[in-house]
Amino acid sequence: MTLHPQRHALPHAPPGGVSAPFWAGCAAGELRFQRCRSCAAVQFPPAEHCRECLAADLVWAVSSGRGTVYSWTVVHRPATPAFEVPYAPAIVDVAEGFQLLTNLVDVAPEEIAAGMPVAVRFVAVPGDLTLPYFAPAPSEETPP
Amino acid sequence: MPGTDRRAAIVGVANTAQARRLEGATSRGLAVSAALAALDDAGLTLDDVDGISGDATAAALLYDLRLGPAWLGRQFGIQAVTEAVHAVEAGEADVVLVVAAEAGGYTDRSATAPWTRPENEFVVPFGLFTAAEFALIARRHMITYGTTPEQLARVAATIRTHGSTTPGAVYAGRGTVTAEDVLASRMIADPFHLLDCSMTSEGGCALVIAAADRLADAPQPPVHVLGSGSDHMGPSYRNPPAWDLAGRRGGPVLGRIGERAVGRAFASAGLDRADVDVLELYDPFSFEVIRQLEAFGFCGPGEGGPYVEDGHIELTGRTPVTTDGGTMAFSHAGAAPQMFQRVVRGVQQLRGQAGPNQVPGARVALCSGGGAGALFTTVVLLGTDRA
Repeated sequence: MTLHPQRHALPHAPPGGVSAPFWAGCAAGELRFQRCRSCAAVQFPPAEHCRECLAADLVWAVSSGRGTVYSWTVVHRPATPAFEVPYAPAIVDVAEGFQLLTNLVDVAPEEIAAGMPVAVRFVAVPGDLTLPYFAPAPSEETPP
Repeated sequence: MPGTDRRAAIVGVANTAQARRLEGATSRGLAVSAALAALDDAGLTLDDVDGISGDATAAALLYDLRLGPAWLGRQFGIQAVTEAVHAVEAGEADVVLVVAAEAGGYTDRSATAPWTRPENEFVVPFGLFTAAEFALIARRHMITYGTTPEQLARVAATIRTHGSTTPGAVYAGRGTVTAEDVLASRMIADPFHLLDCSMTSEGGCALVIAAADRLADAPQPPVHVLGSGSDHMGPSYRNPPAWDLAGRRGGPVLGRIGERAVGRAFASAGLDRADVDVLELYDPFSFEVIRQLEAFGFCGPGEGGPYVEDGHIELTGRTPVTTDGGTMAFSHAGAAPQMFQRVVRGVQQLRGQAGPNQVPGARVALCSGGGAGALFTTVVLLGTDRA
């Protein structure tokens, strides 16, 4: 059995002003994160100030969308009936150096492992929402 | 400064009836019952009370009980107890009622309890709720140290068995629960089976904290707050609960939250781990007990699994844990009452009122609240003797 994206309208809290570019990025197929122009730190979730140096000089950058599984769970009793089970909340270490909470898809629960390479897969779910799910990464292309 | 040598103590405690559902009960009705029972336990009346705390409804309760003008606490859980102690010791109040109750708030059983579901934009659409948040923490420990589902199940079995022999527990009389029972229950959020998780229930509880000079006629021996501590890493259920989350000063990471708090508590009490007779640890999920045993220094990093497997958290063990069944078998009534019930139980142990699960001669209890999945851990050290 393979985990799949949710198929029904999901609960979604309204984006805060500072995070609107992130959700716009998801809709455009880009996994966006903030980078500090003062100290070069990267951060997620977004904020008004850099969590390292407190500079307000943050710019949005686009991630490669690649990462590895840091931690995960497979849920069999949903938070609300909106969710079909099983689904797999996970924390992904994204290549650019930030962590993201997501759901893993296109993988069987028993195949999930710590450090497993994954890549973002944007899915438009009912309810005008595009979510950054993560799926097992296709093997790296070998240069000719 | 006047009042700085004043001491406060816990002089009254009470639990109302606790049940999965208390038909016809309301949160307000239970709060009033709990308050009056705790005052009766303390040998005091409402006319003695000049402070109140407990949860967001405390101000309304202050008005409806006509306690004003009175001190009003704003903290949550264990910190509400220590805040009340500090208020009395600072001379801001003489007798503070800490009370909370919950009934009728959880009716849609197709969803998890309302207080377990975050509403943040980065969390909600991914179906997070408390069991999943705490599972993300437990998983990192399993990855790093090889902690097993059997070890988690041993925690749940031990605590649930304590609840079985506790009069008034929601799951009183259910008999011994084994690790096999836990592992055979349905999966909720891997690695947590149903019996690895707290229940949801209804009920109320209250504590009375009073200045030492009000204790002359107290029917029960006072229980003293010897030390306390609080560790927070941010708001609950908004950011990824990553074991390795660290602050700018270095120090313990999220997975070790509570290490700093308990260090502060022991330092102010002038005590150490060996002085503690009973651990009333907050038990939202089985793994959280293993994590606290490590963070609090009762065993080394990664040793929590073997420690519980060796029986050290049983009533006859080195450090008996959560002796009334905790949120797994005693009660898990709403967001606020469950956070006080570890302190209520600690007081019962130190008074010798813990019935069949009494730890003989208990003089020092460590009580906790919170957890790494929720990004905070708070502790209080209680004693029969003053620090």
